[in-house]
Amino acid sequence: MKLIIAFIKPFKVDELKAAVTAVGVTGMSVGDIRGFGRQSGQTEVYRGAEYEVEFLPKTRVEIAVDDADVPRVVAAIEEATRTGEIGDGKILVVPLEEVVRIRTGERGADAI
Amino acid sequence: MSEGTIAWLLTSSALVLFMTPGLALFYGGMVRAKNVLNMLMKNFFTISIVTVIWTVIGYTLAFGTDIGGFIGGLDFLGLRDVEGDALLFMVFQMMFAIITPALISGAVAERMKFSAWVLFTTLWALIVYPIVAHWGFAADGWLFAWGVRDFAGGLVVHINAGIAALALIIVLGPRRGYGTEVMRPHSLPLTLLGTGILWFGWFGFNAGSALAADGIAINAFVTTQIAAAVAALAWVIAEWMKSGKPTTLGAASGAVAGLVAITPAAGFVAPMSALLIGVAAGFLCYGAVSLKPRFGYDDSLDVIGIHLVGGIVGSVLLGVLAQSSVNAAVPDGLLFGGGAFFLKQIVAVLAVMAFTFVASYILARIVKAVIGLRAEENEELEGLDISLHEERGYVLS
Repeated sequence: MKLIIAFIKPFKVDELKAAVTAVGVTGMSVGDIRGFGRQSGQTEVYRGAEYEVEFLPKTRVEIAVDDADVPRVVAAIEEATRTGEIGDGKILVVPLEEVVRIRTGERGADAI
Repeated sequence: MSEGTIAWLLTSSALVLFMTPGLALFYGGMVRAKNVLNMLMKNFFTISIVTVIWTVIGYTLAFGTDIGGFIGGLDFLGLRDVEGDALLFMVFQMMFAIITPALISGAVAERMKFSAWVLFTTLWALIVYPIVAHWGFAADGWLFAWGVRDFAGGLVVHINAGIAALALIIVLGPRRGYGTEVMRPHSLPLTLLGTGILWFGWFGFNAGSALAADGIAINAFVTTQIAAAVAALAWVIAEWMKSGKPTTLGAASGAVAGLVAITPAAGFVAPMSALLIGVAAGFLCYGAVSLKPRFGYDDSLDVIGIHLVGGIVGSVLLGVLAQSSVNAAVPDGLLFGGGAFFLKQIVAVLAVMAFTFVASYILARIVKAVIGLRAEENEELEGLDISLHEERGYVLS
């Protein structure tokens, strides 16, 4: 099992959800975060004073998947969130030791 | 007073009171989220402080029997013998006494501790405001008696608050991290709503200052609308040309600058003159705010750039654009054949600036010596809302 963590542009989250549910994903969690990558900051101007805003708003999406589904889900995320502009984000895939479905007590891939 | 006048002045008093919570939102949106409640409270609480002071002694110091043109006597102490029409005038003027110190709060945002603000406001509303109000508004006050005119408070409210803000921030010092950290407005929607409430309330401020439901009130209402709208246009055009983007904060700031500048002139100038005053206010206040970084003072929300500069623009241009055909209570300005009046307006601006700067500086030093002006470093970093008020502005769970 793997945990897919995607840092994406906030306005792409609905497209991402549609794309991954179309390839069989049944759950995800989404959070509003701030961060920076190679895009670095952005300039904002208030009453003529310029501020370099170092942390930009991004959305963090977490999806747990079975190993066999990883390529399809990652591809779906890439396709849904790519604009080609700077700041599209990153996708991380990390190993997942255990999953527990709390209501039923199921373990492992069945619990996803 | 006629029934119409009584109705209009009661309404205007309520409109002017509403400006203070409007100002609270205007300022509150411009601070960081961790200080929004402190900013709102510094304004809202001023309503309570000044109401008490004005009732007990402020009104008589401003409008009691004149002593040497400088201050009013104590004959109306505790509102003794203040009845009927005079009581209505008293409460209308009370609302001006409330918003004037509230205006200062924008300059000290995010670092002045609340107790120090309460003490400073109390002393300032007790000593500085009544004296300057006496000079400019009372029939025997030396500026008014000399021929200076201030229709609704360019001198008494805006220059007075703006220069007091400068004196206070010199003693207070800048916010920690000023000039290096990002200190951007946390909610411009609040600021724009506050601007709308200020604009709405300003009709009571200016048109109410006719002290009658008459043609002069109508004139003041119209000039107020024109100047506010045009100044917002001018500010946005200036920033659009200079930095390439029209901003919401620019539109809000420009509207307030126009409202400030028309305040001393609203019932004394013609509508087309209000257009000129609005243009001047929008461009000059934008310029003043843009120059702020060169001076190094942390006038956090631009009280000086908007209220002091806007007040000066309006008070001086009144000396140019006043027309006795609009209002027999004012002499003609420079453009309409006058001359002495223009010079008197300039002297009045300088006199109020000098007196209020010195008096406010002394009061600030006294408060600093007695209880200190600033929040502790960790309180400022954590935010004044949680550290001084034990509340948060936004609880999202």
